[in-house]
Amino acid sequence: MKSEAVSSAVLRDPAALPRLVLIVTFLLLLWPGLTLTEFNLGVLFDSRNRETIGKFLATFFPLDVSADFLRLVFKSTLETLAIATAGMAIALAIALPLSLMVTRSLSISRIGPRPGGWSGRLLRTSARFILMFFRSIPEIVWALLFVRAVGLGPAAGVLAIGITYGGMLGKVYSEIFESDDTRPTVALLETGSGRLAAFFYGMLPVALPELVSYSVYRWECAVRASVIMGFVGAGGLGMQMELSMRMLKGAEVSTMLLIFLLLVVLADSISALLRKAIA
Amino acid sequence: MRPLHWILIALLLAAVWGSFAYLSLDTGQLLSADAGAQMSKYVLSFFPPDLSLAYLAQTWRGAVETIAISAIGTLLAAVLGLLLALPASGRFGVIPRVIARLLLNFLRSIPELVWAALMVFAAGLGPLAGTLALAWHTTGVIGRLFAETLENAPPEPAQALRLAGARPLVTFLYGTLPSVTAQFVAYILYRWEINIRMAAILGVVGAGGLGQMLYMSLSLFQQSQAMTVILAMLMLVALVDAASAWLRQRLAQ
Repeated sequence: MKSEAVSSAVLRDPAALPRLVLIVTFLLLLWPGLTLTEFNLGVLFDSRNRETIGKFLATFFPLDVSADFLRLVFKSTLETLAIATAGMAIALAIALPLSLMVTRSLSISRIGPRPGGWSGRLLRTSARFILMFFRSIPEIVWALLFVRAVGLGPAAGVLAIGITYGGMLGKVYSEIFESDDTRPTVALLETGSGRLAAFFYGMLPVALPELVSYSVYRWECAVRASVIMGFVGAGGLGMQMELSMRMLKGAEVSTMLLIFLLLVVLADSISALLRKAIA
Repeated sequence: MRPLHWILIALLLAAVWGSFAYLSLDTGQLLSADAGAQMSKYVLSFFPPDLSLAYLAQTWRGAVETIAISAIGTLLAAVLGLLLALPASGRFGVIPRVIARLLLNFLRSIPELVWAALMVFAAGLGPLAGTLALAWHTTGVIGRLFAETLENAPPEPAQALRLAGARPLVTFLYGTLPSVTAQFVAYILYRWEINIRMAAILGVVGAGGLGQMLYMSLSLFQQSQAMTVILAMLMLVALVDAASAWLRQRLAQ
């Protein structure tokens, strides 16, 4: 009897009450969220819904490997890769000049004769603002906007990737330039060389490996993004997947999901290979 | 420059040229004065944003819905992730570990947006589809992170309890869980931050929140309303960034 009392006293969790209160408050806070998200898992098991989704899922296997369909998928996979590559080319064209404007250690007005001229500062601030604006709108929103502006198809995807990734690359490039050893650049600038010469001979040699490695990594992300942007009509594998989903052709969807996974692995290994070749 | 580098540069240039050629992008047409005029007309139609009280209220509801989607989705993923992390950390033997890891990999490798497009079929248009989509993908991510944390947790407290005769559940709750809770909470908050951003755009395939409002207003050619939604998205993301930076600073102290 006595030992039982001792053991029950020992086994009581001293922090039980605070924990319970914490969990209950948390749940009360989340309660409105459940109604806002129309959270009702019953929908999933509703007989009509279950029938539709069941039929759809049942068609997922076996995969669709007919020659006609595979040819179509191959074409859209190439299109996806091309969108990513062309988009990255545009992104580079946007990012390089803007990152040069943003980079503080390339500033000549910083040295003299009038330190801190307002025109240089204005240029730098506006370039920084453009970069921020480009990257803070997600690529799929850009894609949605461009699909309205230039029509359905890969052009919208290329532009969306170009703009968003241009903004990201520009920011990261200027950060790389700033964080590297800037003494050679400053030395060149102070002995009277031009900005571009100082960049090409002082800055680029130091920064190049990191620049390339980051850009290759971004290309890999662009491949994934271009698949996803297809869902709003920006061409490539995603657009094809969306069409097949609309037509409830499960076998085509599962085949393309598999191809998508393979594509991600492929992009990953190409990027790893390229980075190794450069290092 | 080694010869390899020249070859790589040539290959890259060829890839870029090939891409533009394959997509048959008519750059001349895209850059023509006519296209430019059309584009600037399109851009100008977004201004000024629709700031009428009724639409602002609707946008506010969309933003709250976005946050709710991300919160419930992340919470669901935390629960499912923990349930899958237990076998994935090898507590129940090798075969459950392999199966759980495969499942987590599968859940993780399908992007949120693809999940959302699939869930719209399963749960219909609306926020529930977005919530489930976030939950599936995040389960994959969080489950793996949890499993790794569990594997790295110090085994001694649990062993001591076990040797003193505690049952396995009690061992886990009082021996293992306390040493990983802080890490778990950090992972959940980190994923929640990402998911708020994601929830804002998932709606473009019909999964509720701000994204769905954006999609609808663009489809109805109401650009000024679309601009309001885009501004709301930007503000939401900025707010989340600031809050997370503030919280991180507080927690780091």
